[in-house]
Amino acid sequence: MLVPLSWLKDYVDIDVEPHVLEEKLFGCGFEVEELNEVGKDISGVVVGLVTECDPIPDTHLHVCKVDVGEGEPLQICCGADNVCAGKKFPVAKVGAQVYATAKDHVTVEGVMKIGKGKLRGYDSFGMLCSGTELGVSEDMYPGAGYNGLLVLPDDAVVGSDVKPILGLDEWIFDISVTANRPDCQSIFGIAREVAAVLEKPLKTPDLSYTESGVTKEGFKVTVEAPELCPRYIGHYVSDVKIGDSPAWMKRRLALVGINAISNIVDITNYILIELGQPMHAFDEAFLEKGEICVRRAKENEKIVTLDEKEFALNPNNLVICDGVKPVALAGIMGGLNSEIRETTTGVVFEAAKFMRDNIRKTSRALGQSSDSSARFAKGVDEYTTIMAMKRALHLVEELGCGKVSSTHVDRNSGNSVEPREMKASLKKVNDVLGIEVPVKDVERILTNLNFAPVIKGDELTVMIPAYREDMESFPDISEELIRMYGYEHVVPTFLADATVTSGGLTLKQKTELKIKRTLCACGASEGIHYSFISPSDLDLINLPEDADERKAIRILNPINEDLSVMRTTLVPQMIHAMGRNEKRGRLYGRLFELGNRFVADELPLKDYPDERATLSIGAFGDNENFFTLKSMVEAVAGSLNLVFEYEEAEKPFLHPYRTARILCNSEEIGFMGQITYEIQKAEDMRTPGFVAQIDLKSLEQYYAIEPKFVPLPKFDIEKRDLAIVMDRNVTCGQAESIIKGACRFVTDVQLFDVFEGAQIGADKKSLAFTVTFTPGDEAFGDGAVDGYVAKILKNLKFHLNAELRS
Amino acid sequence: MQNLEELKTSIAAIKEEILKGTSDLTNSKEVYEFKKSFLDPKLGKISQLMKGMKDIPGELRADFGKGVNELKNWAGEHFNEIDEKMKAAEAKKRYESEKIDVTMPATHSMKGYLHPVTQIRNRVIDIFASMGFEVVETKEIENDYYNFTALNTPQDHPARDMQDTFYLSPEFLLATQTSAAQIHTMEKKKPPIKMVAAPGKVFRSDDDATHSPMFHQIEGLVVDKKITLCDLQGMLDVLVANLFGEGTKTRLRPSYFPFTEPSVEVDVSCFECGGKGCRLCKGTGWIEVLGAGIVNRKVLENCNIDPDEYSGLAFGCGLERLAMLKYGINNIKMLYESDLRVLEQIDDK
Repeated sequence: MLVPLSWLKDYVDIDVEPHVLEEKLFGCGFEVEELNEVGKDISGVVVGLVTECDPIPDTHLHVCKVDVGEGEPLQICCGADNVCAGKKFPVAKVGAQVYATAKDHVTVEGVMKIGKGKLRGYDSFGMLCSGTELGVSEDMYPGAGYNGLLVLPDDAVVGSDVKPILGLDEWIFDISVTANRPDCQSIFGIAREVAAVLEKPLKTPDLSYTESGVTKEGFKVTVEAPELCPRYIGHYVSDVKIGDSPAWMKRRLALVGINAISNIVDITNYILIELGQPMHAFDEAFLEKGEICVRRAKENEKIVTLDEKEFALNPNNLVICDGVKPVALAGIMGGLNSEIRETTTGVVFEAAKFMRDNIRKTSRALGQSSDSSARFAKGVDEYTTIMAMKRALHLVEELGCGKVSSTHVDRNSGNSVEPREMKASLKKVNDVLGIEVPVKDVERILTNLNFAPVIKGDELTVMIPAYREDMESFPDISEELIRMYGYEHVVPTFLADATVTSGGLTLKQKTELKIKRTLCACGASEGIHYSFISPSDLDLINLPEDADERKAIRILNPINEDLSVMRTTLVPQMIHAMGRNEKRGRLYGRLFELGNRFVADELPLKDYPDERATLSIGAFGDNENFFTLKSMVEAVAGSLNLVFEYEEAEKPFLHPYRTARILCNSEEIGFMGQITYEIQKAEDMRTPGFVAQIDLKSLEQYYAIEPKFVPLPKFDIEKRDLAIVMDRNVTCGQAESIIKGACRFVTDVQLFDVFEGAQIGADKKSLAFTVTFTPGDEAFGDGAVDGYVAKILKNLKFHLNAELRS
Repeated sequence: MQNLEELKTSIAAIKEEILKGTSDLTNSKEVYEFKKSFLDPKLGKISQLMKGMKDIPGELRADFGKGVNELKNWAGEHFNEIDEKMKAAEAKKRYESEKIDVTMPATHSMKGYLHPVTQIRNRVIDIFASMGFEVVETKEIENDYYNFTALNTPQDHPARDMQDTFYLSPEFLLATQTSAAQIHTMEKKKPPIKMVAAPGKVFRSDDDATHSPMFHQIEGLVVDKKITLCDLQGMLDVLVANLFGEGTKTRLRPSYFPFTEPSVEVDVSCFECGGKGCRLCKGTGWIEVLGAGIVNRKVLENCNIDPDEYSGLAFGCGLERLAMLKYGINNIKMLYESDLRVLEQIDDK
């Protein structure tokens, strides 16, 4: 929120430097996001009196003598049409800094330093300035908007700095106000805090006005939806003369970024900024039947707001109506039909409290917002609502733009605007903090906050002002105390009185970390991808329409379509990650991700979906192949003390002959394979990519398996190499399992060679295995292993029609 | 062989043959073969000579044996000597042939790296685990009650605007904060409670240069008798000293979260400049790292914990922010792109 220092000073005598005030505000909970000196870019500009002004022949220029209160008058050439002798103008002397403007003299293009110049042969020692060149708009200083020189008042002292005259010595605090302090969303609200922190008295804005005795016959206000509008105050102002606001008001509005419109509208905007209460002014002539009714909109009821947008409403929306139709979208924007015009002569001011949630919802639902709706959504208090109406009427009188009638209607739900009592134990208040704030400081701080504290022993009684709706229980008092007393008084203690507990990672967390470390040891780096993906990612991997992965949970309000569904597979992002690395010149690499997939029982969501911990592994590059990927999958199995099995499988995004399903204890737990060349091409990948996905959730049941030591054999092991010739379509896995199953002493079967060739037959292949036999309690007898080999060969022949290669 | 003269002739001939033959040897293998032709226990020429002993008359046998043994010993030594020389020369040659340029680049074994967020998470978790904190997990998809209402953020609360929420249904949403873990924990467990929730993926509808719609939070909660703001700061001091180095200090300043009262923002003294002011801390000497506070009484009540008997502290902080600060990563988006050039740079303790 923008707070000009000069405005703040209306309510508090601030005798500290802006930077000191910034620190004080910071300390008590109001971070100044930016402290901006309005004239910080302007320097060296003084009041100058033009004493001589002669045209330079054949040009639009004049050469002037300018008195700047020191030494000889300066010779300055000037092209402005309003330069003349006898008037005072801002003079940027040599070395001064002002804004540079484009050829139109209006568009600011950075800053410039003034140097000695020469124009048409005339030396020029400075520059006479326009408002734009000094960063002063018409609203900030009357006359500054003229496209020519800014004319200074005759009583300006020659040679003095122009900044105070033009209001350029102003500081603007951009203060961030936390959501619990809507009462500070105004200059006056901040002033209360400043008064408390500087321990200065607070001056209340002038709320006085005199009613004219005039009344508006038959004027009526009804509130049909008090649950959305607990307070509605209307006051009729007669004899309105629409015109410009005075310069001081325009300037203040300009400083906080609001354009002046007309006196009545400016008053409502001024009060929004000054007190934080949004107000509205209706042209009374357009209120049919001379009445106001606050009600829920009818289904499909229409309104056109001031910005000429039409909205179709429903009963969730609150509207202000006259006797016939809606004239405002409550708290958000007035209707075009009752806006203040130049011809307006009677006005009904509105100051109301609308429930913040309803305003927020309507504003969001309609996509229509304003400074008012933003303010209402944060919450206004009725104390301020009442104050705001009085202040508005005072300003009407002060500006002389109308007569305050005696027609005043206050419809309220009986909420008190008086301070409410809160009692607390001083000890409990201190216990929250862990330190004891001295009683005299408690008293001082709470008095400064206007809480009227009374302390009797341990009992603290405070009167909470009605605008402090955030104060609910004693920890709130603790917070008020410490933010004013200073957090530097907190003495760090390391959980002094806390019970000793045991803690640490769960089995699942430890295991997941182990899996990650295992993969790192395989050369794979961990990636983290978003939990949401694009529906087009599911198309990329060619999932059929009825695939389970298509049943993804949709985000109702996604940032964009690319981030709109919760992922049901980790594969597309892994493919993208590999593609991205290649595009950036990394032509090989290994990646993994351990994250959740989201599986919903039913859509739309009725219950928590299943967040399934899932592992994806990717490998790409000329040195990678199915089996390098498999080595990582195997490493994962090993890290879990598990054995995985593999079967040929099909996936729409994987190579039809290089894809496996991964099983653990016969349960399918994942898949792996080479991504299709089509996807590789779609991702602009030069080298092949391989991807695996493992459902860790189904492996969680095995996480508790502990490693078990197998005693080393007491007797020598024996190894035999067997080259087996079999049909080509027999798999290595089948042969291995026959070999293992044939003899209980077989402890290891390692493939070491594959051969295909005419010698063994066109449709045959030879797989050569090293088979390890480990003896049990006694050594192998003579010829025992040969017997086992014979058994193995017999079984191979029987089951696979495979034979020892001759 | 009948007499010693004849033997002497034979010995001299063998010696001669050995000496002559050795000069032609070029490698240790030839040495071995040549040696074998004389000293092989069965077929060697010297061994053969020894076999002739049985034909020698008894009185000459001693001299005969002595003569042959001397020859055998001499030959053994002679061959050993040659062999050693030959092997030394061969070793030298082999070493010379294996000369390398030690300045050539190393051969790297493939190594992978944990994600920077995982690394920072592990550090933080280690610290809290050592303090006796349980580590719990958070849900990515939460319901409105746990994400907001139970955390003292009812429907009409303006604090709901502080976080732009992704909704999946009127009831379910993507967790905007890990604080729901506080409620889940307190519903399951009674004090004393010490827990950290991590890793917590959280989501906000915010996507620009400095914001990512998904990021990670770590959430902490202590509920016990007599927990105070002093404990909060004391505990956080330990955390930041561990993360950013001894001597790193914390500063509390007032803030607002619906589920804590009082609420504080926690700044750490700039570990880059030590608090003097630099680019990292934007000249202030302090860096904002986390939000914290004393658990709001209403939150305890919502979990059936008596706020008059127990009090709690809670904190939450963004892991990306910690990782970026600690490792000097300048763009949050880099963390989600799985760019190996990024991932392979960070290898923390």
